[in-house]
Amino acid sequence: MIEPIILWVLAILLAPLFSGIIFKVKAFFGGRLGSPLLINYYTLIKLMKKGSVYSNSTTVIFKLGPIISLCSAIVVLMFLPIAGRAPIFSFNGDIIFILYLLGLGRFFTIAAAMDTASPFEGMGAAREAYFPIICEAAMFMILIFFFRLTGELQLSAYFAGESTIALWNLAGAPLLFIVIAFFIILLTENSRVPVDDPATHLELTMIHEVMVLDHSGPDLGLIELGSFCKLFFYSTIVSRLILPFDYGWSILTFGLYLVGLIIVYIAIGVTESVIARYRMDKVPQFILTSFALAFFATIITLEFLK
Amino acid sequence: MTNAFLEISNGEKIERKQIPHLSFNDFHKNILNIVEGGGKVVQYFGYKDDDSSIKFMAVLRTDKLLVTGCDASESYPSLAKTCEPFHMFEREIAEQFGIKPEGHPWLRMVRYHPNYQNKPDVFGNDYKEDIPGNYDYYKVDGDEIHEVAVGPVHAGVIEPGHFRFNCIGERVLHLEIQLGYQHRGVENLLHNVEAKRLPILAENIAGDTTIGHSLCMAQAVEALTSTKVDKGAKIIRTIALELERLANHIGDCGALSGDVAFLPPANYFGRLRGDFLNLSLLVCGNRFGKGLVRPGGVRFNMDDGIRATMNERLDELIPQVTHVLELLFSTPTVRARFEDCGRVSNFDADKLGLVGPAGRASGIGYDARREFPTEHYDKIDIPENKKPSGDVYARAKVRYDEIIQSMKIVRSLINTPIETECVNTSNFDLPASSFAVTVNEGWRGEVSHAVLTDKNGKILKYKVKDPSFHNWNGLAMALRDTGISDFPLNNKSFNLSYCGFDL
Repeated sequence: MIEPIILWVLAILLAPLFSGIIFKVKAFFGGRLGSPLLINYYTLIKLMKKGSVYSNSTTVIFKLGPIISLCSAIVVLMFLPIAGRAPIFSFNGDIIFILYLLGLGRFFTIAAAMDTASPFEGMGAAREAYFPIICEAAMFMILIFFFRLTGELQLSAYFAGESTIALWNLAGAPLLFIVIAFFIILLTENSRVPVDDPATHLELTMIHEVMVLDHSGPDLGLIELGSFCKLFFYSTIVSRLILPFDYGWSILTFGLYLVGLIIVYIAIGVTESVIARYRMDKVPQFILTSFALAFFATIITLEFLK
Repeated sequence: MTNAFLEISNGEKIERKQIPHLSFNDFHKNILNIVEGGGKVVQYFGYKDDDSSIKFMAVLRTDKLLVTGCDASESYPSLAKTCEPFHMFEREIAEQFGIKPEGHPWLRMVRYHPNYQNKPDVFGNDYKEDIPGNYDYYKVDGDEIHEVAVGPVHAGVIEPGHFRFNCIGERVLHLEIQLGYQHRGVENLLHNVEAKRLPILAENIAGDTTIGHSLCMAQAVEALTSTKVDKGAKIIRTIALELERLANHIGDCGALSGDVAFLPPANYFGRLRGDFLNLSLLVCGNRFGKGLVRPGGVRFNMDDGIRATMNERLDELIPQVTHVLELLFSTPTVRARFEDCGRVSNFDADKLGLVGPAGRASGIGYDARREFPTEHYDKIDIPENKKPSGDVYARAKVRYDEIIQSMKIVRSLINTPIETECVNTSNFDLPASSFAVTVNEGWRGEVSHAVLTDKNGKILKYKVKDPSFHNWNGLAMALRDTGISDFPLNNKSFNLSYCGFDL
């Protein structure tokens, strides 16, 4: 029982480091040295040292937003089979629980944004509420796919131990679609280019960033840490899918897992560097691509897995 | 129109008594005729004559510059009612002199300051209050309409301005732009200071158009004092103006790229802009070209050493700029964002009187370097850079073309030795009762200064017009029916000056 807890703590501690890789990759493409790899830790420490400023028009909802969004992200990590090891918690149907736990975090972020009564944040909230709906459709399509293959509804049945490699043996070709679909969902859910631009300072074009404009100091730190954890969650899943090998509780397993993670983060950085952001009204089409891929994958499995 | 207008050339000294003085009705009729026949407004302003009466003066352009004047009354029927290009000019006159244009379709203050005549305020403002004062924004009614107010304090390091969007969902129905937050009283300063300080003030009207404005000022003073400028100085000024254009256009292309989250060109152009600013530094010791242009010539020579260094740097820079421009314009996702975004039709652009790259992007070929060449431009062949589509892509593409052309121009100008007599003290003995107007193509478009002197040879009215004065309404027009999330991109594609407008 102690092992999963150690892994869980390590995951939270290391999540900001991996997000630093994205900055490095983007800097490389821009011909710059870029910020240090540990920049996210410095930012978090800086934010934690500051005080928070609250607008007069906000209520307790505004203060709840950051706490709940961070909590939902770190609780979700408790269900995640890190490096294919058994998670802290796992039960049948936990995947639905996880999805809606992330949904709860988003709900409170949106509620906190609406609470400020700022027109920018209202706009951001509308966008943030709209795009994940499409993501959810894709996500459930992927679930149906996994359910058909394994007959189970829990994360550890897909990603722990030997199960991922079993999935590849069972339906390798459709699983390729799923990897891409998942990567698109990762980009959308974590407000990355080409859906959102985490680097912009222009409120009118933001989606996620604009909702947290009014948060400051430790509150903003909690939100940042939450988003690092969320990105870590999705990246771990993609990493397990692309390098599904399992060698038990050994360095090799963890080494491969870390390599997979780094590949995913580099892929995010490369994506952000080589393509521009889509126009806001084209974004749904992009997200729907992930749904379409998952849908085809499922249809293929319907045929040969009778 | 035979004697209603006096034909003048760019930077020509005219005695004020030569300028036709019409009755207001004739004035009104004649300038409407010209503008409806395709003429454009270069300057239209009020001034207080020697005898304290208020007069109007209009400088129009067809293929020539035309000037005429008339007496002002307490109020007059608005020209903007039928002829849109006067819209801003009439608001400005109302604000400066308390004279109301009757029937003006959108009479709001421009810069928020009391009028010069101590007359009752046309807009009913109490200037002890903070801006925005009495400003009724355009309102759209409806259950699903929402208003978004942006600024005047912005998230980035940019100048202050207030933007009011009326939206339905993500779609912008109307954008209204309220400026004036940077009003410093430049024109009044220019009247009141000692003449020798004119260059310093002109350089600081808009920091990014330092050369554009100081050239206009210098040419006006040279015209009035009949000072001759030698060929070398003209070439150096041309180089300086082109370097200013290069640095700003390159910076804009980088910013456009940054706004669609395409990072590599944003980073590279950020550096390259600095490299071109450093070329100005090489010429005159200031990255923005301050202290270079003075009436009578320039203060710094370009000796062979400087030319050689500049050549070396251009050898390195030109391929880099070309390469990054190609990267930006050949990336499909960037094209997808630029194309068909924020379209200003040729009809609208013509009605609004857009100038510079924004006008050329909407199919208006006007380029002051071609039509009213000053300095060395009469010997340079400038292509007509107009584009048909009027969208962000067109505005970016005009910049693309101009960057390539300007690099060629600078390259060819520094190939031959440049000799000039450096000017340290300028002649500021302005003649009595004279007038001069100058027009130059700054990087944003037509910059124009008009100077009137009184019977003692003092400056009676110094009128400054930055191209942004014409173009801000173009931005508002571009945003109609465009997604609100595309506003920053459109704003960058115009990249207008706040301080040049606010004066």
